Amino acid sequence: MLPASAKAPHKQPHKQSISIGRGTRKRDEDSGTEVGEGTDEWAQSKATVRPPDQLELTDAELKEEFTRILTANNPHAPQNIVRYSFKEGTYKPIGFVNQLAVHYTQVGNLIPKDSDEGRRQHYRDELVAGSQESVKVISETGDLEEDEEPKELETEPGSQTDVPAAGAGEKVTEEELMTPKQPKERKLTNQFNFSERASQTYNNPVRDRECQTEPPPRTNFSATANQWEIYDAYVEELEKQEKTKEKEKAKTPVAKKSGKMAIRKLTSMESQTDDLIKLSQATKIMERMVNQNTYDDIAQDFKYYDDAADEYRDQVGTLLPLWKFQNDKAKRLSVTALCWNPKYRDLFAVGYGSYDFMKQSRGMLLLYSLKNPSFPEYMFGSNSGVMCLDIHVDHPYLVAVGHYDGNVAIYNLKKPHSQPSFCSSAKSGKHSDPVWQVKWQKDDMDQNLNFFSVSSDGRIVSWTLVKRKLVHVDVIKLKVEGSTTEVPEGLQLHPVGCGTAFDFHKEIDYMFLVGTEEGKIYKCSKSYSSQFLDTYDAHNTSVDTVSWNPYHTKVFMSCSSDWTVKIWDHTIKTPMFIYDLNSAVGDVAWAPYSSTVFAAVTTDGKEKKGQEVQKGPAVEIAKLDKLLNLVREVKIKT
Amino acid sequence: MTPVEETLKRIQSHKGVIGTMVVNAEGIPIRTTLDNSTTVQYAGLLHHLTMKAKSTVRDIDPQNDLTFLRIRSKKHEIMVAPDKEYLLIVIQNPCE
Repeated sequence: MLPASAKAPHKQPHKQSISIGRGTRKRDEDSGTEVGEGTDEWAQSKATVRPPDQLELTDAELKEEFTRILTANNPHAPQNIVRYSFKEGTYKPIGFVNQLAVHYTQVGNLIPKDSDEGRRQHYRDELVAGSQESVKVISETGDLEEDEEPKELETEPGSQTDVPAAGAGEKVTEEELMTPKQPKERKLTNQFNFSERASQTYNNPVRDRECQTEPPPRTNFSATANQWEIYDAYVEELEKQEKTKEKEKAKTPVAKKSGKMAIRKLTSMESQTDDLIKLSQATKIMERMVNQNTYDDIAQDFKYYDDAADEYRDQVGTLLPLWKFQNDKAKRLSVTALCWNPKYRDLFAVGYGSYDFMKQSRGMLLLYSLKNPSFPEYMFGSNSGVMCLDIHVDHPYLVAVGHYDGNVAIYNLKKPHSQPSFCSSAKSGKHSDPVWQVKWQKDDMDQNLNFFSVSSDGRIVSWTLVKRKLVHVDVIKLKVEGSTTEVPEGLQLHPVGCGTAFDFHKEIDYMFLVGTEEGKIYKCSKSYSSQFLDTYDAHNTSVDTVSWNPYHTKVFMSCSSDWTVKIWDHTIKTPMFIYDLNSAVGDVAWAPYSSTVFAAVTTDGKEKKGQEVQKGPAVEIAKLDKLLNLVREVKIKT
Repeated sequence: MTPVEETLKRIQSHKGVIGTMVVNAEGIPIRTTLDNSTTVQYAGLLHHLTMKAKSTVRDIDPQNDLTFLRIRSKKHEIMVAPDKEYLLIVIQNPCE
């Protein structure tokens, strides 16, 4: 670019545009003026400065006139644009080239009135103007309560008059709004200004219906699965199965085994609804435990007592009294009989009665257990004094009892009624004198229970339990031999001997011995009812006890109030040994552990032991006031 | 009186017995001769102990069962006789 100041009104190349041309002209003018002012200085130096790159032109060329034309051509626009024509496949020049030259652009915000946007804006302006007017109207009507028709209202006058003023005011506004709308054209819809159309069907009103039940009752359950719980469940299941099996079988009731006596369980009591009944077992055990605590030292003695002094004393041993059993109800009654239970070793039976001929009162049968010395396990009462008793070996719950009035009875311990299960009576053959001894025998051929009794009326009776009745059979009538008194008319009275004791042979079943009040001992047989096998003149007074030796089957022993104890061999008529004890001997018994030891009790209250070998622990006996009976240790059957 | 009641009476009047009580299967005392607070205490504690003892015995051999439980202390002896539904507790002072 040539600097303007340095420009001289020379010929200029064609390159320059008109604008520049113009600009140069102006500049020329300006420069001209400048030159004009500075001509003084220039005039001095006429030598023109030539720029080095000025064109060298000849004068003729310098004088050439060029014409300039003002055209509307865009000097920047290209003059020959070619476009490729796909049709002909060649480049073709475009005839017309856009000569528009944009010098300046600016985006404005004016819109024409008639365009959509313009109309919309206009309408909006009118709306705003309308609401402003209606506000003025409301305020006017609000002041006046009377219905006043504003001037702008044109349409629907009817609705106006019906409605009160405030409502009219509102309606007025609506109508005001509506009126400017009406003359307007309907709005066109497009994506910017759309209207939504919707229609709603009538929905049925929803109604809730609920039903609430009572929640099922809940309980918490928890359990532990122990080994024994599982075991119990199995056992229960088993029992159920067995029950169903039994029901399926024949309806006849299964006969229960009657072998065991249940000491520990009380039967019946089902009629009572007292819950405590179920405690019976526990209370029983508890009572025994309490007693054990109290009598602890006695229990220890019972087991372990051994008096070392026994070794040094020859004839005299020690007898340690251990327990004392007493009961209020048995007061003033003498103990007449004792018997150990063959099965339950701690249980023994005591018979109460009276030996006194004049005073005869009731009797009692009590069964005590060593485990509970304070109270009897079983208690039975009877009208007449109990003179003797025996417990069945195989059925340890059956107790045979002989009374002072001659009756015999059987008590069943399984049924703790106070009444005996079976009892003899006057018509069923009871004795006419006190029964001195009863003894169970083996069951007869029909499996009936059977026992013998001996009494002072001279009869030895065998009682059999046939179909729940006591049937008696007179086995032997004791006759006193050789002393029949003659009575006129040829009647022969046979005085009857009074039996006081008997004992059965251990091995020979049918043989037994009977001791009488006369002092004689008869050897009898069950089969012969009239004759004795043998007679022994044993004592001077009544024979109190006869007893076979448990080991030496030929030997038996007898004792009597004539102060003697005699030992016999049943084949020999005379006694083998005679012991004189200086007082009436009440009872005598063989020791179960030895064939040569026996014990005797005398009426002076001392127990004497006669023997050859003296060792042995003290025999435990319940101490009674006048020992007339001796507890026979049960021989353990092996 | 039923035999059971008589027996309980006898136990209570026995020498050295301090008190007796009957507790049901849930540990609630039914019958007692001691005061309330002591009873409740004994019942609750001994019930748990008995259950534990019973469980022990039966775990070792399910065919076995607990018949009696005795706790001897310095002052006295507590005896517990468990039953199917009940528990009988006796406190005795064994005179020595």
